[in-house]
Amino acid sequence: MGIWLLRRLGQVVPTLLILSFLIFGLQQLMPGDPALVLAGEERGNPEVLAQIRAELLLDRPLWEQYLHWLSRVVQGDFGFSWRIRMPVGELILEKLPVTFQLGAMAFVIAVVIGVPMGILSAVRRDRPADWMANGVALFGISVPNFWLGIMLMLLFSVELGWLPPSGYVPLTEDFWQSVATTIMPAFVLGTGVAAVLMRHTRAAMLHALSQDYVRTARAKGLRERVVVWKHALRNALIPVVTLGTIEFGRLLSGAVLTEHIFSIPGFGKLIVDAVFNRDYPVVQGVVLATALIFVLLSLVADILYMAINPRLRRA
Amino acid sequence: MSPAAESPGRRALRRFLRHRLAMAGLVVIVLFVLVAALAPWIAPADPNATSWTAIRRPPSAAHWFGTDENGRDVLSRVIWGARASLMAGVIAVLSAVAIGVPIGLLAGLAGGWTDAIISRVADAMLSVPFLILAIALAAFLGPALENAMLAIAIAAAPVFVRLARGMALDAASTDWVEAARALGNPPWRIGAVHVAPNIVPALMVQATLSIAEAIIAEASLSFLGLGMQPPDPSWGSMLNSAQRFLVQAPWLAVFPGLAIFLVVLAFNLAGDGLRDALDPRGERR
Amino acid sequence: MKKTLAALAVGAALAAPLAPAPADAQHLRIALREDPDILDPTLARTYVGRIVFTAICDKLFDINERLEIVPQLATGHRWEDPRTLIVTLRDGVRFHDGERMDAAAVVHSLNRHLNLQGSFRRGEISIITAIEAVDPLTVRIRLSAPSAAFLSQLTDRAGMILSPRAADAAGRDFGLRPVCAGPFRFVERVAQSRIVVERFNDYWNRDAIHLERVTFLPIPDNNARIANLQSGAVEFGERMEPDHVEMVARNPRLRVVQVDELGYQGIQYNVNNGPRAQTPFGQNPRVREAFELAIDRAAINQVVYGGAYVPTAQAVPPANPFHIREFTPEPRNVARARQLLQQAGVQLPVRVELTVPNNQDLRQVGEVIQAMVREAGFDLRINAMEFASALQASQRGDFETFLLGWSGRVDPDGNIWAFVHSQGGQNDGRYSNPEVDRLLDAARTELDPERRRALYAQVWQISLRQDRHRMYLWHRRNIFIHSTRLSGYVPVPDGMIRFQGMRLN
Repeated sequence: MGIWLLRRLGQVVPTLLILSFLIFGLQQLMPGDPALVLAGEERGNPEVLAQIRAELLLDRPLWEQYLHWLSRVVQGDFGFSWRIRMPVGELILEKLPVTFQLGAMAFVIAVVIGVPMGILSAVRRDRPADWMANGVALFGISVPNFWLGIMLMLLFSVELGWLPPSGYVPLTEDFWQSVATTIMPAFVLGTGVAAVLMRHTRAAMLHALSQDYVRTARAKGLRERVVVWKHALRNALIPVVTLGTIEFGRLLSGAVLTEHIFSIPGFGKLIVDAVFNRDYPVVQGVVLATALIFVLLSLVADILYMAINPRLRRA
Repeated sequence: MSPAAESPGRRALRRFLRHRLAMAGLVVIVLFVLVAALAPWIAPADPNATSWTAIRRPPSAAHWFGTDENGRDVLSRVIWGARASLMAGVIAVLSAVAIGVPIGLLAGLAGGWTDAIISRVADAMLSVPFLILAIALAAFLGPALENAMLAIAIAAAPVFVRLARGMALDAASTDWVEAARALGNPPWRIGAVHVAPNIVPALMVQATLSIAEAIIAEASLSFLGLGMQPPDPSWGSMLNSAQRFLVQAPWLAVFPGLAIFLVVLAFNLAGDGLRDALDPRGERR
Repeated sequence: MKKTLAALAVGAALAAPLAPAPADAQHLRIALREDPDILDPTLARTYVGRIVFTAICDKLFDINERLEIVPQLATGHRWEDPRTLIVTLRDGVRFHDGERMDAAAVVHSLNRHLNLQGSFRRGEISIITAIEAVDPLTVRIRLSAPSAAFLSQLTDRAGMILSPRAADAAGRDFGLRPVCAGPFRFVERVAQSRIVVERFNDYWNRDAIHLERVTFLPIPDNNARIANLQSGAVEFGERMEPDHVEMVARNPRLRVVQVDELGYQGIQYNVNNGPRAQTPFGQNPRVREAFELAIDRAAINQVVYGGAYVPTAQAVPPANPFHIREFTPEPRNVARARQLLQQAGVQLPVRVELTVPNNQDLRQVGEVIQAMVREAGFDLRINAMEFASALQASQRGDFETFLLGWSGRVDPDGNIWAFVHSQGGQNDGRYSNPEVDRLLDAARTELDPERRRALYAQVWQISLRQDRHRMYLWHRRNIFIHSTRLSGYVPVPDGMIRFQGMRLN
């Protein structure tokens, strides 16, 4: 197990390296000259453009830019944002906790709503509870985030005045205020993920309940509750874990629209703004950080697979 | 129990037809497909015909779904929008499944370096922002619906890779696969015969859910210069422009939103039925 | 669903006491439309950044609501000769770090604007050849040529004076903690979240500043910005949407203030930049005239903006003294447009592509134009593009027509020269007419307002009515919405928020 873990962690390095290659390549393919964007309304002045290119090494060959960047990254220096001149490492460390808090809250909401609803609807299959659960879940995934977000904001902030409409207060500053600023966006994000978890839990449970070992367990006269919880659910969890880890990763990197609506200074917004502004050091730094998150999450998924299915440990 | 003589295909069909909800789902899908195909004949008005004297009118007898910010008939736009949205949703997701599942099965069954490489590539792809991919593709391929579908498929594929891999790992550890392997069956055969049927439920669920995401993604792509370009409608882009008028003209968001909901619901119900029908042990209690 | 609702209700009930607390007596919270870029006057580029600078950094000169140039850190100016400007400075002004604001500081700042690597101010004041401190309160600035626009540059970031000590110490990182001589001092910034400033008690005009603290909150979503105002979470919103005006019309706690902007929106034509200009549209002014005659500016304005904007045919808004009153948009005339196309002998329909940056309202503008010109015989294809890609396409000439806006400058030269002159850096359609170039250069150095206005009138006549090199659509309006608790706000066309005299009641 220890060696296996070490080997898995060792894979992180080549993954990040290849990814950094990929990202540098994609940046070349993307239209939009960073100097033009950075120059803003001074873009008409060729002198300004030349100066920006020289300062940011944009006039050098690509391999030189890449090596320059890589040699810094190896020393832990991700460069600074072209747009606001803040060090990229600092920006990431500033945004990550925000997004992590939001993502974790959304995920908890999703799991608390989605998994029990999935079990319930599998056990009560083809009965009103099942239909209702399916309807709610599919509504959750179809309803656009911006619509739900604005509706919640109008209801809880403008009409009732219970919650601040947008913005963010860090947990360390004021715990309850922090929860108050993140509860609506977390709910908006959570509904979509809850739908995914609910549907997968339901399908996997139905599948598991029809398997031989469950039939055997039933035949042995085990109580239905034990059958559901001990035998079926355990085996139903594989796809739920897979999707859960992917969705959690997506919550961290892809909560853009929700962060935009609620003005949450998070990771998703950081990367989207960076892409639109062609702020490449930020793009590179953020993508590497995201990749690290996804690699770790897939490690978590594999460990969970083994916990669920002990036979996998042999591999 | 069904008679032993019945072929698996017939049995599947019989079970499917018995599944009333699945039938309802199928009927809705067929209806939407018909609506999309027959749009020129059934739409009450030209979806792009503007009327400056009738902008943002609420639903009425003349315009059942109201009119939009350019005085266009929302009902006609929802009908025509079915074309782009169904295509974007269904074809993009089918492509993602076709790309992702075989690769994921390979990773799960082959294990070792193959698995390591495929998994890390999938991790890497998941961490490349969709936006970058979309902007790059928009520049190279230009604004066409097919290109938007391609972008969505590429972005959605890693999820299917990971899903198929996880299920394959699980299935591969079972006794019958061990046995099949011991008998010298090649991995592709094990994958196709023993593992694939077990991952159908999860795949079906994910594919039918992804349709919703794909329909909505098409809208953000058309905004970036991929996908449908104005004034041609798609449900996603209708939702997009409705954002400005959420309070003043709520019907602009409600009808395309409802259409997406119905299609997703229908696909999920039909998917459930199809899964039951394909599941060899799925005879209902 | 029940469960979900219940969970929501419980969550909300718990949060009930956490609703936005009433702000401190004199704490103004301003919702910004974007997150500003770096807060260094030499390196900053964005419009939204200028709003924050108004709180932190005073300038040598300012403009008032009539667009007149008035002294701020300066007490006055005079021209020794057409190339030499004398600026006299206010006595007793302190920077936030306690340093004295004097002639040496002004020389230091102007030199920094001119010489710092990556300076965005250099282009604005590159006409300067020398800066001298005559005595502690007098500065002499020498120019390479007479300039009618120079003084107006000193009303913006190029005229902001930085504490020399802080600027030298921080170097290029000055923007992380700016130190100037404005009414508020910088407290903190959390990127994409907030910028906080507090009252500077040694401010030279301290008596006019009643607010104790100002927090700038970037809230980019239009719906969220108005919801923040409606719920009282912010007291002031800048660049609100025309749609918001009707929404808050009956709200007794909010007031709408509108003022014409300095800039414009228009359509740039590719007449001479690469192969995409080689179309009947790009080559024949008559075709472009037909295009313009097919468009009804007032109707678009009504449909998309509820009539909030000001239709125009020129780059300079009515509030500006160099606006030419007689030069008005031609009324829509589809019959004449068809006739022109016939005379031009082009094949109908004329295919044209309109590049539109991806922005909700501009996209709708594109759709309306598309429908209008179709009646005259144009087949207009809309090409929605992400902004950075669109910029590059524009510069490379990879467009036929381009819907674009300009934020505007106080002096007309800043709205015209770079776009119309054949040497202009933003003349992406590569329009070139030697006579227009001559007129523009003459207007640049013409110090007599009457004669200068006449020159611009000629520029418009030739470049627009004869050559049809582009089309101006309208001047937008800056729409501000603020709490009725706020008094003393004076709107100025530049859209800046001047804090002098503002107070929360």
